[in-house]
Amino acid sequence: MSLRGRAVIVGVAESDLGEIGPGFTPLDLIGQATSRALEDAGLEKADVDGLFSASAYYHMPTLSVGEYLGIRPRYSDATNLGGSSFVSHLFHAAAAIDAGLCEVALIVYGSTQRSAGGRLVSGSETLPYEGPYRPRYPVSMYALAASRHMHEYGTTREQLAEVAVAAREWAKLNPKAFVRDDLSVEEVLDSRMVSSPLSVLDCCLVTDGGGAVLVTSAVRARDLRKPPVYLLGAGEAHWHRNISQMPDLTVSAAAESGPRAYGMAKIGPEDVDVAMLYDAFTINTVLFLEDLGFCRKGEGGAFVSGGRISPGGELAVNTNGGGLSYNHPGMYGLLLLVEATRQIRGECGERQVAGANVTLVHGNGGVLSSQVSAVLGSEETL
Amino acid sequence: LGDYANEEEMAVAHGDAVAGAPAEVYRRYLEGGSLGFQQCRDCSSAVFYPRVLCPVCGSTSLEWRTSGGHGMVYATTAVHRRDDEPYNVALVDLEEGFRMMSRVEGVPAEEVSIGLRVRFEVREEDDGPVAVFVPAESAG
Repeated sequence: MSLRGRAVIVGVAESDLGEIGPGFTPLDLIGQATSRALEDAGLEKADVDGLFSASAYYHMPTLSVGEYLGIRPRYSDATNLGGSSFVSHLFHAAAAIDAGLCEVALIVYGSTQRSAGGRLVSGSETLPYEGPYRPRYPVSMYALAASRHMHEYGTTREQLAEVAVAAREWAKLNPKAFVRDDLSVEEVLDSRMVSSPLSVLDCCLVTDGGGAVLVTSAVRARDLRKPPVYLLGAGEAHWHRNISQMPDLTVSAAAESGPRAYGMAKIGPEDVDVAMLYDAFTINTVLFLEDLGFCRKGEGGAFVSGGRISPGGELAVNTNGGGLSYNHPGMYGLLLLVEATRQIRGECGERQVAGANVTLVHGNGGVLSSQVSAVLGSEETL
Repeated sequence: LGDYANEEEMAVAHGDAVAGAPAEVYRRYLEGGSLGFQQCRDCSSAVFYPRVLCPVCGSTSLEWRTSGGHGMVYATTAVHRRDDEPYNVALVDLEEGFRMMSRVEGVPAEEVSIGLRVRFEVREEDDGPVAVFVPAESAG
């Protein structure tokens, strides 16, 4: 039986974002976000009986989170698919709720990596066959993919820069975005090269931050505070962990996870009002627009050019400003869900996409490794 | 058993489990100046990095082979540093049908291009021998 419309996002919140200052722990941020998400939903902490988290800080994250928050779940899932984990958690929570294994699921994440010295808590575990070459994890892996896309399809650095500029244009409309000043294609091109062809402005931010998402059954959601946001479909796929093992560096496993999610949701890319695509690097947005069917393979560079994914453009992409300009606390996937939910509720202020009924959330993890897609919809999409 | 005196000798020659851990066998090839890879006896797939089973068909019958060392750059990046010259990191497709991460030497890091034909060489580094590549036309 399909999970379409069986589970509902009923509460979302961010923790404090950006630079929190010394002393706070990732669990403190999870505590903030949880308290705000419960308030958003009109639920009590005691209602939570399913707990979902992934972390680069805590080896057994749901145990650490459960203890800190004082939650004793009957269902616990710490699936770690890198940054895509939290989109996966939404999928898994829907299945668990539908099976009666829990009723109210809490999905949480927190990171203090900026205040902890800007050090990325790395998901790198280097193969002996790759360590000696000293790729910079993870940017060099994405740079390799970008080099191949440029070679095969004539994609240019200018087109990649357009992704960063579009993200910044959206960020200017979001008071919570970490950087909101003007940005031009030329500034991206002229910024410090990190791992060619990617310069520092092709790379996501390093910020503190966290979030919480509450999910329950469609029946339980009826009594709650906010308009329900339904999970219409979801799909997962992963084909590799290390970039040398990715079969074709221009095609991610989103080419499988996307159709799985669309199939369950019974919609296609043409029905999507807002696309929230995990933009750890500018090349991601190009690859995912292609792999998720918004344009054909190789046409992503043209698709993002000329302001077509900026505010007022053809397709609303990463309306919060994305990992490139809003916030990127190590793993970004949970914050995709927060924005996607708010767009459907109509809570996004200046950056609100009028009449947004369907959002596509796409999480990426590892080095273009794990791909998890989810389609969210308003009541009228059921 | 063909040319082999006993089953163990054959197993060692074929790099079966008795020959040692896959990473150790790979290193021994490098120490001997060669680039080792595995080939599946059942589905003929070239396998790299080395494993104990074929990731294509699942067979545990993998045979160690010596690569001819001829390949082509599949993807490339130059890693930049604040106070030093950039260095190259590349994915190289070998003629035998496997891909590996490596670096191309002998040309500036930013000038390594996709499609460049390259040839395997060994470099001795602090942690042991490392497989690198140089442009195929360059001598030595």
